[in-house]
Amino acid sequence: MSAPTYDLGTLHGGLRLPARKAASTDRPILEAPLPKQLVMPITQHVGDPAQPVIGMGDRVLKGQLIAAPDGTLGAPIHASSSGTVVAIEPWPVSRRNGDNAPCIVIECDGKDEAMPRVGEPVDYTSLAPEDLLSAILQGGIVGLGGAVFPTAQKLMQARSCEIDHLLLNGVECESYISCDDLLMRERAGEIVSGAQILMHALQIGVCFIAVESDKPDAIRALGEVLGSINDDRIVIKQVPTIYPSGGEDQLVQLVTNREVPSRGLPSDVGCLVQNVGTAAAIHDWIIDHQPLISRVTTITGDGVVRPVNVRARIGMTLADVIALAGGYTDKAKQLIVGGPMTGRSVTTDRVPLVKATNCVLVSGETPDPGPEMPCIRCGDCASVCPVQLLPQQLFWYACADDEAKLRDFGLMDCIECGCCDVVCPSHIPLTADFRVAKGRIQELADEKARAARARQRFEARNERLEREEEERATELSNQRESAKQAGPSAIAEILKRKKLENEADE
Amino acid sequence: MEFQRREAPYISPEVSVSSLMLQVLAALVPAAIAHVWFFGPGFIFNLLVAAFFAAAGETLMLSLRSRKPETGLADFSALVTAALLAFAVPSLTPWWVTATGALFAVIVAKHLYGGLGFNIFNPAMAGYVVILVAFPMHLNLWIAPHMGDLDYQHLSILQTLQYTLTGALPDGVLFDAISRATPLDVMKSGLNNAKTVVEIRAIPVMGDFGGRGWEWIGNFLAIGGFWLLIKKIIRWQIPVGVGLGLLVPATIMYLVAPGSEASPGFHLFGGATILCAFFIATDPVSAATSPKGRLIYGIGIGVIIYCIRRWGSYADGVAFAVLLMNMAVPAIDYLTRPHIIGHGDADE
Repeated sequence: MSAPTYDLGTLHGGLRLPARKAASTDRPILEAPLPKQLVMPITQHVGDPAQPVIGMGDRVLKGQLIAAPDGTLGAPIHASSSGTVVAIEPWPVSRRNGDNAPCIVIECDGKDEAMPRVGEPVDYTSLAPEDLLSAILQGGIVGLGGAVFPTAQKLMQARSCEIDHLLLNGVECESYISCDDLLMRERAGEIVSGAQILMHALQIGVCFIAVESDKPDAIRALGEVLGSINDDRIVIKQVPTIYPSGGEDQLVQLVTNREVPSRGLPSDVGCLVQNVGTAAAIHDWIIDHQPLISRVTTITGDGVVRPVNVRARIGMTLADVIALAGGYTDKAKQLIVGGPMTGRSVTTDRVPLVKATNCVLVSGETPDPGPEMPCIRCGDCASVCPVQLLPQQLFWYACADDEAKLRDFGLMDCIECGCCDVVCPSHIPLTADFRVAKGRIQELADEKARAARARQRFEARNERLEREEEERATELSNQRESAKQAGPSAIAEILKRKKLENEADE
Repeated sequence: MEFQRREAPYISPEVSVSSLMLQVLAALVPAAIAHVWFFGPGFIFNLLVAAFFAAAGETLMLSLRSRKPETGLADFSALVTAALLAFAVPSLTPWWVTATGALFAVIVAKHLYGGLGFNIFNPAMAGYVVILVAFPMHLNLWIAPHMGDLDYQHLSILQTLQYTLTGALPDGVLFDAISRATPLDVMKSGLNNAKTVVEIRAIPVMGDFGGRGWEWIGNFLAIGGFWLLIKKIIRWQIPVGVGLGLLVPATIMYLVAPGSEASPGFHLFGGATILCAFFIATDPVSAATSPKGRLIYGIGIGVIIYCIRRWGSYADGVAFAVLLMNMAVPAIDYLTRPHIIGHGDADE
């Protein structure tokens, strides 16, 4: 069962983007040398920041836990190499476009000394799914497609639903990015092994590995592995090369013909999606006991001399990895972490490579498309929208700040893929406008919630004040009552005592 | 090294409003040449007058609205409006008639509603209807097509220019000697006078399907229209809708009474059907925007054109049909919203 199959759903709209991947796919993944310094942000996942568990001056080993998850959603962070913790300080990070966030800085000693393995290696097939899940949790593994959702929590959530399909996402639909392509070519065995571990953890018997039609080498490599291990639960699905077919919900729709409900998850329609890189990372952790301390990243664009894929330790700076691609060319004007459609531009190459960094794109200036014109309602945006929204109508309502209409026309379902921007003849930055509008709606909702809480507090306070008033009144009348009963001598007694007390106070 | 900070996506659009408008203008060129070939140089004068006044109106309104006139003029939308108006008026039209249409189109129909992108009504058609109502005489004066076997007097370039500037024919030339009722007029008055279609079609101005000369302009408009379809500047829904809306009732009526009803082919190639289907109804600003909505919008226009031609008092009904359907656009858009992925049943 290694031949690719085509029984697919359809995706509305989308774009055929120029691939621009060839520059980085003509040589194997380059193993990055150890850097002198590692910068490990404590937030490399969706959820609360991890809490450092080491102190300044501590010596750490490769794979040692340096920050533990805090709260229900989070992932541990491990030292990528051995060395000394020299600082825990704010450092520019890509998540914040080059602004600062707390990081653990490790001065490497160059020995790359690994943590000794505790206990004997166990056969994962003998583990109960729950135990396998908690084992995965320890590996610091997050979704490597870019969303960095903690994998263990995603699997636990999926366990509570009726899941029948595991989808491995090998669809790199953005231009330039080729790290998953190279990973599938070179480490197909590990990816398939990771798929088997995931299937055991989820106790399901169907896994689709979705790969774009423009990656024949990756499909061949996976096919060879599947042919040799003879596991017919795993099937390769070839999907058309259309952006954004690699979006999680879009992939589910393409491969299973199921629509992920609005505001819902693929698990609502029986699917769990994991990136192929994540599957390989699960293999590395469960089989080889190597936590997530490195990843494959594409270093590419006109702004670097020799585009290449590198396997780099988490915590190397972008300057370190760009040097491996021959350094900058004269064209380098923009530094983008991620792809050209959804990536994040960062202001400095001092930011470290993190678990989410699938691509470092150094490009020239984006050509100025000319002034923004009024929308002429051509509808091209609607024809490319993969969610079948009407961006031209949303834009209208976003300008009018009409929250009810924006919700009605599905603003919250926008996946911010950027397709509408690219086809707009009026050069309206639709995606950016929608991002702002979404933020404003969220703010309004938060404000409403705050107001409701404040009202509750206010009412509770009023109630309390009333109650206290009442209590005081009863107390007072009780005292009067008892004083009356005790008679004048008792009152004189009380007055005398009060006077003495007052004198004592002075 | 300090890098620029921008918002995704980092890929710039390759299309622009001005390039779209220029391509629409380019698609009109073959038909314009045919127009001049069959109906003389008047078309060029009308186009120049319409373009001048449309640009003047655009400049005036943009400066009154404190916008930069250069950017407004550079989108070429006023020029497209002028070109459509030039196709709509007869080749012999005094300049003030065309100018009134162009100024009304740009000032009232376009800018008083907020300018490009905000106008409810198709500016060219609004301008045309105003002059049709204000100067009915002038707009019914079509000269006969220049065809070898049609024996009519033709005006020279200078004589045509003189008419455009003064509204007066050269001495010794009578209207009757140069003008001819349009094929739609001939068909309408013929049927009203209880002639059969066969009899009417024997009149020399009639061609294979529509009117002689007219149908050739229609062919060239269709070529331009198909080119716009291939270039994806217009989508198929509106042209197909207009065609269906017009041809279905026309075919039914023709099959019921072939002797006294014009053929579907005549409706398709007669009058401004092709111009409407590919160039007028497809104006994105005033048309419906969802695919289903556009089909309905096109069908509505086709049906209204047929009704006006068949039962109305005007020979052609394109401008009225387009304006009437413009009014229905907000309702059509609201009722034909596509199903948002992840929102339950498609019918919701």
